Amino acid sequence: MTTATTPSELEDYWEQLDCGFPRVKPVFADCMREALATLSGQGVEAYISNARFLGKMGRGAEPILIFLEEWPTVASRLGEEALPAIMECIRRMTKSPNGNAITPFLQSLPVTARRLQSPQQLRDYLDIVLDFMERTTGSIHGIHQTFPSPGLPEFFKKIPLLLGQLSLEGLKNWVEYGVRYYNDHPDRQIDYFSLQSADSRAVLQRERHGTLLVDNERRLDMYLRGLWHDEGQLIPYSGAFDELRKPIPYYDKLGIRLPDMYDDFIRPSPAGGREGERLPAGEIVVSGLDRYRAVLAHIAGHRRWTTAIFADNFAPFQRMAVEFLEDSRVEYLAMRVYPGLRRIFMALHPTPAEDACDPELESGVRHRLTMLSRAILDSRHPYKNPHVVEFAQRFHMLMQQGDMSTPEIAELAVSFVAKARRQSDQLAKMHFKDTVVDYRDDNRQMWKFIEEGDEEEAFDEPRKVEPGEKITGLPPRHYHEWDYNSQSYRPDWVSVYESLHPSGNAAGIDRLLAKHGALAKRLKKMLDLLKPQDKVRIRYQEDGSELDLDVALRSLIDYQSGATPDPRINMSHKTSGRNIAVLLLLDLSESLNEKAAGCDQTILELSQEAVSLLAWAIEKLGDPFAIAGFHSNTRHDVRYLHIKGYSERWDDQIKGRLAAMEASYSTRMGAAMRHAAHYLEKQQADKKLMLILTDGEPSDIDSKDGRLLIEDARQAVKELDRQGIYTYCINLDHKADEYVADIFGKQYTIIDRVAQLPEELPTLFLSLTK
Amino acid sequence: MTNIDQYKVHQEPFYQAQGDEIALYEAAYAARLPVMLKGPTGCGKSRFVEYMAWKLDKPLITVACNEDMTASDLVGRYLLDANGTRWLDGPLTTAARIGAICYLDEIVEARQDTTVVIHPLTDHRRTLPLDKKGELLEAHPDFQMVISYNPGYQSLLKDLKQSTKQRFTAFDFDYPAPAIEAEILGKETGIEAGLSAQLVKIGGAARNLKGHGLDEGISTRLLVYAATLIKGGVEPRAACRMALVRPITDDADIRDTLDHAIDAVFG
Ligand SMILES: Nc1ncnc2c1ncn2[C@@H]1O[C@H](COP(=O)(O)OP(=O)(O)O)[C@@H](O)[C@H]1O
Ligand SMILES: [Mg+2]
Repeated sequence: MTTATTPSELEDYWEQLDCGFPRVKPVFADCMREALATLSGQGVEAYISNARFLGKMGRGAEPILIFLEEWPTVASRLGEEALPAIMECIRRMTKSPNGNAITPFLQSLPVTARRLQSPQQLRDYLDIVLDFMERTTGSIHGIHQTFPSPGLPEFFKKIPLLLGQLSLEGLKNWVEYGVRYYNDHPDRQIDYFSLQSADSRAVLQRERHGTLLVDNERRLDMYLRGLWHDEGQLIPYSGAFDELRKPIPYYDKLGIRLPDMYDDFIRPSPAGGREGERLPAGEIVVSGLDRYRAVLAHIAGHRRWTTAIFADNFAPFQRMAVEFLEDSRVEYLAMRVYPGLRRIFMALHPTPAEDACDPELESGVRHRLTMLSRAILDSRHPYKNPHVVEFAQRFHMLMQQGDMSTPEIAELAVSFVAKARRQSDQLAKMHFKDTVVDYRDDNRQMWKFIEEGDEEEAFDEPRKVEPGEKITGLPPRHYHEWDYNSQSYRPDWVSVYESLHPSGNAAGIDRLLAKHGALAKRLKKMLDLLKPQDKVRIRYQEDGSELDLDVALRSLIDYQSGATPDPRINMSHKTSGRNIAVLLLLDLSESLNEKAAGCDQTILELSQEAVSLLAWAIEKLGDPFAIAGFHSNTRHDVRYLHIKGYSERWDDQIKGRLAAMEASYSTRMGAAMRHAAHYLEKQQADKKLMLILTDGEPSDIDSKDGRLLIEDARQAVKELDRQGIYTYCINLDHKADEYVADIFGKQYTIIDRVAQLPEELPTLFLSLTK
Repeated sequence: MTNIDQYKVHQEPFYQAQGDEIALYEAAYAARLPVMLKGPTGCGKSRFVEYMAWKLDKPLITVACNEDMTASDLVGRYLLDANGTRWLDGPLTTAARIGAICYLDEIVEARQDTTVVIHPLTDHRRTLPLDKKGELLEAHPDFQMVISYNPGYQSLLKDLKQSTKQRFTAFDFDYPAPAIEAEILGKETGIEAGLSAQLVKIGGAARNLKGHGLDEGISTRLLVYAATLIKGGVEPRAACRMALVRPITDDADIRDTLDHAIDAVFG
């Protein structure tokens, strides 16, 4: 790969990193390139220094490798400023006996970042983690801080699944349960946090409810765009951490903040209790999705109709009243555009009982305003309070005369406060029950302040992306890998680097082709057999390339005998049939350098011959065709070598690359197949065929369990099948019977006499695609 | 002899002007300049041409272009006859002979080698060579070339050649403004004004999603369909789902959003 980062710059970074692990060096340049492209100048510094720290922790190469690879992606999702909190968490692990959790923690970050999406959510998440760690570390039989937390590493491995189903609040509850009940039983704690035990699953089920924002972002985005012609980043927050005051939706220039989860709104039980507390059999009145829509409609209404006014002119109660009435106004206008909103607002808006607030003991300001708001919304409200009734009427009268403006509403609100005032309004204790309209925002955008700096600050700053140095190499792509032990994917587990295969001398390939002159002739005959059949005659054409004599005569007779002639007397030819896109994926692992049994050529040389012949044959047929090679050196470094692309012709350049083919390292097949598939998938062909030429089983040096990569490759075959890609393996390993069927089912051939490969490969292809 | 009358538009078609396009078209016709109507499908291009043909009292020959269309489908071909073969003019040739407005609808659907046959008719030559017949046809002084084209489907394969585009004056059409569109629905189908406005609102929601999962919003034509169904007694929500949402998308999120829009609008 070429790079625009100068080698000396890279050298500088490498020196700063000061890392002696041999596995880091080969991927470092690529990681740096991605980092330079995505991180700010400061971010790059932090990247290097923190990587250095991870490399020197005494936990092996894994932490630094994962960090180098994943951080740029994570940072682009969460923002660079999330790093200190993450590193702090790691430091706490190193200081406690929990170093063993660092690698799983780092590994879980990309998924965590994808699900959490905001720095605040990440901080909340890290709080759960640290609390969990502290409470489960070394507390067995009172000995302090000696044993690592048994559950923590398991927890990180399950994080993709957990965050896929739970809100942060749900996660917190689930963790809480495990910590509380299994703190003294390391084995059972492990079972719990690895989701093995029955109660662990049961608690997960219990906590799993509601509609998650992350799962509905696209719909809500469309709602905002489609119905409100508005747009904005939707940013989730969790309701689990502020016990006293539930956070309220709001918006600012960075986006719209919404709770990360909404339960369906169940009809409240007659006994009271506004939200019916998840009654199992209650009737769903408003779905979680519609609750999100209600918030967005309310906010879109403010954005369309509210103008900010100065807060300094109003007393606190007046401000509260202005907010309530302005909320009512934007909703009134929103319902005028979309009458269907009324049903949703009506269901969600509380109806406080008129006598719920005891004016002797509590301040009734909120209570009264909520009643007014309800009365405005609901013409069949139950209230008798004359002020409420009067102002609801005035509101409607004024709205019928025009849309009103925020200042006009403010006037109305101020006069309501004045008229309805009671002595007890000044009491310290405010009546709160049934006065929160939870689809309304906190109205911070409604106010301006004469004194600068009074505005509430937004909590996350935008991420600064400096125009990093130009990059030419492709950043790594991350692929998941199937872990058959847990029957789940390890997300973003494998890094695939793609590069152009180095070039050699094309003449070498021409020599090989010449050597197989006789075979080429035989192949040519087979090709010719395939070809003519693909011309199809289409008869009964009104307009065609030739006259169809039979039909023409019949028409002529019809015509002369006075019947209506068929005008479709022509025929034409169409090339039909072959509509196949092919990708040939070559295993370029070390073992190809071995001599093939029964001849003095290496498997690599024979492969070169076979591939050349095949490429030549496919070119003759005209099928879209690509070639790539792969090898791997641990999951951090799978190389995908581009040899021929679909748009490239079979020419000297391609032959040059084939001629330069070399074999080294191992065979992480699943990742290479997934990467190859994303190219093949883009081809527009009826049939898509991926041929995999290999001489052994999937394996890699960082995978001691031999089954693991076999099972992963098998999973990859299944995934490709779902994408409409037919995989077929040509295997040169005579011991392949033991595993090849497990991976490819019936879709394979074992070629025992490797010397026959140049002949077998094209023949096999032709018969496969006949 | 071809009967010119059959190509005439006898009844005044209803056309709701969106701006000064009628006067501008008249000017273009007065100079016999070729006209290109750009805009999304179903926004009133064809209706406009029909209306102009009626207003100018000229015959109109419309060809809906498609991928399988060949040059001879436009120009003409020899057919077998009792006494051998007989030449039959294609629609383009007929139009040039009788002095009609020739309207090639959705011209990008035709292959580019087909569309080049119109070139000589669209410059100062105003001729059409009938190669097979050995005739060079001089266009009738009333003849005018009009094409329509939807720039929305930008694709490498489906775009007009520059050399074709450069021969036309162009009108930019778009879906009418809400008030006008509501009026069109009312006049076309006789539904009442409140309902028209509701339909237009749903159309607007879909049009806002163009480029965010939708290639094209809901067209005026589809709104007319929905209105027609409702006029015929179909329940409004069902009519809207059937005429407005299902035809334009298979994407579950979009469908859900538009279904919600229908509920929101009808309340
Ligand atoms: N300006 C308009 N005046 C009258 N009807 C219109 C107008 N615009 C659209 N329509 C209605 O929409 C339908 C589709 O319009 P059409 O002209 O066929 O669209 P296009 O040619 O742009 O695809 C028409 O049949 C008519 O009912
Ligand atoms: Mg508000």
